[in-house]
Amino acid sequence: MRLWMLVVATIVLSFLSLFIGAIDIKPSDLLDWDSDKMQIFLMSRVPRLMAIILAGAGMGISGLIMQSLSRNKFVSPTTSGTLDAAKLGIVVSMIFFTSVGYMEKILFSFTFALIGMMVFMRLLESIKFKDVIFVPLIGIMYGNIIGAISTFLAYEADVLQSVDTFFLGSFTLVVSGRYELLYVAVPAIFLAYLYANKFTVAGMGEDFAKNLGLSYRTVLNLGLVLVAIISTTVVLTVGIIPFLGLIVPNLVSLYMGDNLRKTIPHTIFLGAAFLLMCDILSRLIVYPFEIPVNTTVAVIGSAIFLVMLFRGKAYAKK
Amino acid sequence: MRKNSTKLIFLAIIALVCIALFAFYNIQGGFSYAFPKRLERIAAMIITGTAIAYATVTFQTVTHNRLLTPSMMGVDSMYEVVQTIIFFFAGSASIFVVSRYLNFGLSIVAMVIFALILYRFLFRADKHPIFLLLLAGMIIGTLLGSFVTFLQVIIDPVEYESLQSRLFASFMNVKTELLLIAVIILGASFIYGYRLLRDLDVMSLGRENAINLGVNYDRIVLKVLILSSVLIATSTALVGPITFLGLIVSNLAYQFFATYKHSVLIVGASLISIIALVGGQFLVLHVFQLSTTISVIINFVGGLYFIYLILRESRKAG
Repeated sequence: MRLWMLVVATIVLSFLSLFIGAIDIKPSDLLDWDSDKMQIFLMSRVPRLMAIILAGAGMGISGLIMQSLSRNKFVSPTTSGTLDAAKLGIVVSMIFFTSVGYMEKILFSFTFALIGMMVFMRLLESIKFKDVIFVPLIGIMYGNIIGAISTFLAYEADVLQSVDTFFLGSFTLVVSGRYELLYVAVPAIFLAYLYANKFTVAGMGEDFAKNLGLSYRTVLNLGLVLVAIISTTVVLTVGIIPFLGLIVPNLVSLYMGDNLRKTIPHTIFLGAAFLLMCDILSRLIVYPFEIPVNTTVAVIGSAIFLVMLFRGKAYAKK
Repeated sequence: MRKNSTKLIFLAIIALVCIALFAFYNIQGGFSYAFPKRLERIAAMIITGTAIAYATVTFQTVTHNRLLTPSMMGVDSMYEVVQTIIFFFAGSASIFVVSRYLNFGLSIVAMVIFALILYRFLFRADKHPIFLLLLAGMIIGTLLGSFVTFLQVIIDPVEYESLQSRLFASFMNVKTELLLIAVIILGASFIYGYRLLRDLDVMSLGRENAINLGVNYDRIVLKVLILSSVLIATSTALVGPITFLGLIVSNLAYQFFATYKHSVLIVGASLISIIALVGGQFLVLHVFQLSTTISVIINFVGGLYFIYLILRESRKAG
């Protein structure tokens, strides 16, 4: 697949996304700058589109970085407990620091996500048997354990329902003023691109990287921080979007190989297009209502992951 | 052997103590009201505990793996799918919901059919490695779970309310009228399964050896798979899913008894299971005075134990 095809697909899907919704807006309505429809368009549709593109691209990149650094095709924020750790951060801040503001919540969530990932990487280093299937298995269980802690705390503090609502991945609440946090992911994606070659080298192993004069630890930590920043902003703005970070980089590497500098642009556009497609589906199936997008992503994503597991095991081993 | 029977008696005494504590400790209000209620709960826990223990131990023998359980292969999630589909297509006023027996029967049949299709697909030829099966099971669970959420979002809100009360069943909310039928199913399964135990002991030696010793291997595998799905389905339909219980109790039993004899292993695992459920519930309710259900704690402890087990397994393999 060529990059321009993905760009065209993203543009077409963006256009569809802008003009699908409970309120019928036609492109011709936009000619009148002062109309109500124009206001809805600017306050709701455009922010939603931006949020989807940023979240899709961001999750795709996060998965790509994690897969490169851990040298495992099946590692991603979903299969390493990162998203669950970010969630635990929010739950802790909700329960123990009831008065903290939005900024502090972000910091809590970010810190937990980062610690969660570092523990996971440590866990990986300590195991000898790095089978491609074995690592995500541990990662998912690790995430489940963190999830059980969140549920336990939330249940005891009686905030389970508000926590659940908080993480129901949905773009319905994304209106102007409520999604701008996602722009934090933009410099992170840009940095990821700048450091792409170093991530590729670091992905070849600590010894190899050191021989090439690369500060392995610094690159590793930078990668983890970037993933934590992106995951946190996405989780906080639109909730948990599962499997996207896992399948998008894998689909890209199927036809592009593993040179990050080349695959990053593809991952960005495929991630955005994939999430746009899921979001459009979520809005059309029960029109004029909508299904939370993370449900749609989970159904499609887990089905694709299963196919990859059984069909693509040979490929993933390469 | 003598040592193992002492251990069994020891476990039985602990189990009885737990049951007595749960039944009589701090009983308040009308004794005639509270006591039968507690007995019902104890009965439900004993039934569930034994069913899960029996199903897991036999399942692990025929799959030759001590990490696999029917619950972890997504069989419990099927319960939610069945209930949601019934509510979705027939509605809460339909005979499939109103008649608890019909609902129970339908759930069990659907879960058993699902389990058999799943096993047929997953265990077809012995080429799939264990970790792949485990990961696939988890992903299938996620897929079914997301599919359920999907239907729940588009279901009528009134139906949704009554569906929710079905899915969050716990020991505090036992469906009394189903207890008797569960006992009958359990009793029939045990009488039927008793004849298989001797063959299962032989099957611990591996497929080739067992066939050489005159065991009709594939037939017994099929029987055990059906039997264990029926048992897991019964316990899930009675109290809701407790994913990790089987894994914990079976592995504790292997460590504690160090035998291949299924009669000892199954009775031992059942006793451990009863202690974990009744004792655990007692501690949660009266000692820690938490409102958390026991299944949250079992999932947390079970998750940690699972990671420990797969790390140990991976050391053997690597």
